[in-house]
Amino acid sequence: MSDTRASGFLPQSGIETTVLGADEIILNMGPQHPSTHGVLRVKLKLDGEKVVESECIIGYLHRGVEKIAEHRSYQQFAPYVDRMDYVAAVSNGLGYCEAVEKLMGVEAPPRARVIRTILTELQRIASHLLWLGTHALDIGALTPVFYCFREREEILKIFEKYCGARLTTHAFRIGGLQYEAYDGMEQDVRRFCDDFATKIEEYEQLLTENRIWVGRTRGVGILTAEDAIAIGATGPVIRASGVKWDIRKAMPYAAYDQYQFEIPTGKNGDTYDRYLVRMEEMRQSRRICLQAIENIPAGPIMARIGKVLKPPPGEVYHAIEAPKGELGYYIVSDGTTQPYRVRIRPPSFINLQAFDRMVRGHLVADVVAIIGTLDIVLGEVDR
Amino acid sequence: MNALVEFFRPHLLPLLYAVVIVAVLPLIAGYIVLLERKIMADMQARLGPMRVGPHGLLQPIADAVKLLIKEDIIPENADRWIFWLAPLLSVTAGMLALAAFPFGPAFQIADLNIGLLFILGISSMGIFGIVLGGWASNSHYSLLGALRSAAQLVSYETAAGMAVVGGLLLAGTLSTRRIVEMQAEQGTWFIFLAPIAFFTYLVASIAETNRAPFDLPEAESELVAGYMTEYSGFRWALYFLAEYTNMVVVASVATTLFLGGWLRPFPGTTWLNFLDYTPPLLMLLLAGYCFYRTPRQPVKVQQGFLAAVGLLCLLLAVILALPLLPLAVGGIEAQSLRPAIHGGFWFLFKVFAYMYVFMWLRFTFPRYRFDQLMKLGWHFLIPVSIVNVMGIGVALVLDREAGWPLWQALVLTTLLTLAVAAYLAVVGERKDSAAVGGAERSA
Repeated sequence: MSDTRASGFLPQSGIETTVLGADEIILNMGPQHPSTHGVLRVKLKLDGEKVVESECIIGYLHRGVEKIAEHRSYQQFAPYVDRMDYVAAVSNGLGYCEAVEKLMGVEAPPRARVIRTILTELQRIASHLLWLGTHALDIGALTPVFYCFREREEILKIFEKYCGARLTTHAFRIGGLQYEAYDGMEQDVRRFCDDFATKIEEYEQLLTENRIWVGRTRGVGILTAEDAIAIGATGPVIRASGVKWDIRKAMPYAAYDQYQFEIPTGKNGDTYDRYLVRMEEMRQSRRICLQAIENIPAGPIMARIGKVLKPPPGEVYHAIEAPKGELGYYIVSDGTTQPYRVRIRPPSFINLQAFDRMVRGHLVADVVAIIGTLDIVLGEVDR
Repeated sequence: MNALVEFFRPHLLPLLYAVVIVAVLPLIAGYIVLLERKIMADMQARLGPMRVGPHGLLQPIADAVKLLIKEDIIPENADRWIFWLAPLLSVTAGMLALAAFPFGPAFQIADLNIGLLFILGISSMGIFGIVLGGWASNSHYSLLGALRSAAQLVSYETAAGMAVVGGLLLAGTLSTRRIVEMQAEQGTWFIFLAPIAFFTYLVASIAETNRAPFDLPEAESELVAGYMTEYSGFRWALYFLAEYTNMVVVASVATTLFLGGWLRPFPGTTWLNFLDYTPPLLMLLLAGYCFYRTPRQPVKVQQGFLAAVGLLCLLLAVILALPLLPLAVGGIEAQSLRPAIHGGFWFLFKVFAYMYVFMWLRFTFPRYRFDQLMKLGWHFLIPVSIVNVMGIGVALVLDREAGWPLWQALVLTTLLTLAVAAYLAVVGERKDSAAVGGAERSA
């Protein structure tokens, strides 16, 4: 492959800032910018308003989460993972707890697994709501964000009632759950799900067939299925490109094998398809919640594990379908109370690779739409 | 000295009006912002400003004070003089344009015979403020915002101009006062005679004032704040003032030309005369609401303030009710003052209604992209408005030469124009779908 930079498979050497065409300018977007979703910095080489080249500069939120893991016991590290994708803390916790459980060869009891599923699916809805609101805001629709936050608030209230925290919940423990489901949790979840069916219609009324919205998203930031597979994109990003890949179906975890749900896929892999896929995912998550709440098995919520965790030497990779894609934990144990190495595969980081090829040839206005549609969280990209 | 007084005597009233406008406009702009925030809050299921004064009524004052005492920063590499000049240009252009509007039959600074031309010319001067400000800031965001603004204004000025011509053909004059009087003589507003011209002007005027969904020059999520990025404090406030002044200007143009200026709805229909009672009743309602909310305010001061607002509304209600009563003071019939007093009310009412549409659209729609905006302007609005001007012309000729009733001719040409618009929309749609992806992907 002669032009490795254009193909995007090899690391880019960065934008050449000294050699500019007569009509070209370099525009620095971020790290302080209203719509780079945190502290992403994008360097754009513009011809007029058209993007010729782009470069993502990350690391402004690097906290060394993986290194911290090497100096904490297995339980102590659990709250740290909540801080990666801080808008989907429950999912992060689920992935970590299940990975350690796999390493130790224990399984959470059925009751715990069902409650985990419910909370994780609620978290997926919350995360997608946040994405929808901010994405719409980026494209200039001021109102959906408030509607989305209104519904997200209901989910956060359920979290708060369950574990006392709203955002960085640390809801699960290795081996099961710390807390029983609170009294009335079923009713709360059911009430939310019932309301949400009409609420999601409201959002769609504002956007789905809106000519401006369609014009701004259709055909913008196309990612072909081959490209998506090549860079290892996951989650809604790859599903919108037409690849039916969802770890909940492919390698079921928690209690997902018990429930019926569809995996929505798109055709064109553009921003509009990703929008539709995520909207449908929220409906499917609601469906899973309703099924799960019907039948929560009785029994213990914690597997029998010791107070001090000492997994046997070995390594494990466990991945879950986080709201943004495949969230994987690769943990190496040397038989002590602390992990020898924890490597996290964050979906946002991998999906962000698609940015350059999606953005080339588009206008500045599309850049923010594409950042929004990738649904990245910088806490997770930088870790 | 006497000569001086004699010289100024005919100009005293216009001078007074000018002072009133310059002094009151920033306050009005501030309260339009408050209104906008309240309307936005209403549409977004929240309360909006509630902390400063009852129901946030003092928020504009607090904002103004904050902006005035903020540090005034001029970027190191900025072109200082132009940076200083640009916001002033914007505000001046906006305010100058207000000079030619008849806010009521009695309240007009200057009744120019080229009124509308003057307004259009002066208000498009405001673009210099934006372009120069964006250029002088020496920042990429500002520059991009300024360039977008220039292109947008040039494109939409044409459509707006053509829409205005549609109204002018019906009025047959450029004097703003005569335009309103023509509508009184016709017994109907021009919006009913030239609806397409009105809606073209509505869209074009939103684009011209850089409001959402055409707010690309200051697109917050893309260009941070566009041409205003480097501005802060008072200079920034001036740009803000200019934006809202321009809103008032375009709303006033639409009111004057299409919505009957100071006339009440259906001015010629006598059985609708009860509409004359709406201004005082509306004020009475407002006063009632203020008094109803007064005991519910948390603090004594706020209670007093809201009661004062209620009293103000009551006073206005009384003033608006006076011309409806058979009174005579010092030989002046109160009823003869009705056009003057109610005219001002109706004019402002219509201006605010027009701006409400602006706000409504802003909170409903996402933002256009630049190429889409240009396409909408050049491929749709401008052709439609040109065809519309021709249509109105043809209708007038049919009326004068062939003796058709004017409204029949207008209905015919309006339908024809609509057909052309539909054709353009369909063709544009087909072009759109052919160019999905818009930008070519450079390998």
